Amino acid sequence: MISVRKVSHRYDKQVVLDDVGLTLPVGQLTSIVGANGAGKSTLLSVISRLLRPETGTVFIDDLDVQSAGDDAIARRLAVLRQDNRVTARLTVVDLVRFGRFPYSRGRLTPEDHALVDEALDYLDLQPLRDRFLDQLSGGQRQRAYIAMILAQDTDYILLDEPLNNLDMKHSSSMMTLLRRAADDLGKTIVLVLHDINFASCYSDHIVAMRDGRVVVQGTPREIMQREVLREVFDMDIHVQDLHGVRLGIFWTTGAPVGPGPLAPEPGEVGQPAVTVG
Amino acid sequence: MTTLQSRRERASVPGRVRPDSTHASPVEQRRRRRIRVSLGILALLCVLGVVAYLTYDVRGSWEYAMDLRGRQVGSLVVVGAAVGASSLVFQTIAGSRILTPSVMGFDALYLLVQTVIVFFFGGTAFLMMGVGERFLLNTAVLTVFGMLLFRWLFGRNSRNLLVLVLVGIVIGSLFGSLTSLASRVLNPNDFLTLQDVMFATFNTVDGTLLWFAAAVCLLGLAALVPLLRSLDVVDLGYDNAVALGLPYHRVVTLTLAVVTVLVAVSTALVGPMLFLGLIVANLARQVLPTHRHTELVLGSVLVGVLCTVGGQFVAGHLMDNGTTLSVVVNLVGGIYFILLLMRTVKL
Repeated sequence: MISVRKVSHRYDKQVVLDDVGLTLPVGQLTSIVGANGAGKSTLLSVISRLLRPETGTVFIDDLDVQSAGDDAIARRLAVLRQDNRVTARLTVVDLVRFGRFPYSRGRLTPEDHALVDEALDYLDLQPLRDRFLDQLSGGQRQRAYIAMILAQDTDYILLDEPLNNLDMKHSSSMMTLLRRAADDLGKTIVLVLHDINFASCYSDHIVAMRDGRVVVQGTPREIMQREVLREVFDMDIHVQDLHGVRLGIFWTTGAPVGPGPLAPEPGEVGQPAVTVG
Repeated sequence: MTTLQSRRERASVPGRVRPDSTHASPVEQRRRRRIRVSLGILALLCVLGVVAYLTYDVRGSWEYAMDLRGRQVGSLVVVGAAVGASSLVFQTIAGSRILTPSVMGFDALYLLVQTVIVFFFGGTAFLMMGVGERFLLNTAVLTVFGMLLFRWLFGRNSRNLLVLVLVGIVIGSLFGSLTSLASRVLNPNDFLTLQDVMFATFNTVDGTLLWFAAAVCLLGLAALVPLLRSLDVVDLGYDNAVALGLPYHRVVTLTLAVVTVLVAVSTALVGPMLFLGLIVANLARQVLPTHRHTELVLGSVLVGVLCTVGGQFVAGHLMDNGTTLSVVVNLVGGIYFILLLMRTVKL
């Protein structure tokens, strides 16, 4: 269980996290949503001890992330930030091997190699294993980093905007894969997402932030409501129910919002023009 | 994939253990072999270079020639190794292929430290100290100030490469100006002492100093060995390194301490050579397409030795001392630096 207790942080004088308290469920896929500057990425950095908050503590199970040993945390929690530095001379398999660093300090055992191979298999990366990272497309590179995270073999996986720079196809296959990791491997996965519809379709739990505070959290069904979303995003987002999945329509520029032929009430099933899954 | 979770049980199954090489695909094995061959060739070239330097066109007493040239080539090797290793690991820590200790104004700091010591203690006391003690004092003071400088630099501007380059160059010339200011205030005797210490050349290397420098250089390189695998991870950037459980600040601080000592060694022997490290480290990275620092640092040491011995061979033997190594290095290195800056988007 990840529990965040009374965490506050400022950059210069700007408050980015304001007395955040939060408990994240085990074995589930949790998405953190919110507008730019709401403090999502900062919260993720604090949880994964990349950033030491001014006040407050974070516990992973029984471990205080700031005071526990570097190895101890790295064997339990893996984190991937966005914008990773690509060193030109790194191949896919080299990168994935780094996932075993918390266990072997760079001297890999046969057991480590076997796990690296499994991670490569899991992400269909075997054909690319000897390619250099700078020869890959954005989606392939992202998969390579995810494979490294999986090879780290931790119970908790934290990802900061894993869909950044991915097209629609790669975004949905990435989410499917993460969903699978949560279901098959029992991983606890926490994501920062921008697109509320991805959060709605794939998460068990959504945490919504605004101005450095957790505004509301709950199941996708509880969060994906017009009043709640207005509270979070300060936008009038119409929510539509499609095969039991709730989607927010936020791209209707200039279109009338509210009840009408174009925007039926929440819960009312519209004519499905597309399938979601 | 459920096997990911059952690794403990599976590891106990006998017959699972395979030798390391089978975990690499044929492509990877071929790449690794090529890197080993490159390292072998570099080592061979170094040996050839040293032998050529020692034996080229010896006239008169062999004993005298060997003694003088032995000391010269010894200091060239020490400098090459120190500059090669320190520049390469510094690039990794700085996260940039353009930044080396010299570019960040480090050897200018060394000269400033020397000048300040002479300024406060006087030239006589400085000379009385003996070569070894003087060297150790210099190195100690430089290490302290160097660490402060780096903490300040990387703390503030760690994100912006061009700002760092600019700050480094400004700091370098600031230290240079301070040095010349202080040396103008010195009395003439102290000034001569200082000149003597600051611009030691390869032609007149003090035997004791060389032994000290070689010993310290070896110690520095040895201290680097346990850090090499950690440096591979540092290359992934701060966030990933911490995420993988690397004690990032400890590794960076230790590495910077070793870098400081190695720079002090090379500057003590031959004075500042602004672009040597830049050429050496980048050449090594070009010749060896790998991310492993065990191979990269070894390669950089070898390339460094090759550059200094080869460069001095050209400057001293072929051009008959018509020019000095630092002139050659700065000319070639300066052009190379500009080319690198122009391609900086890719770095």
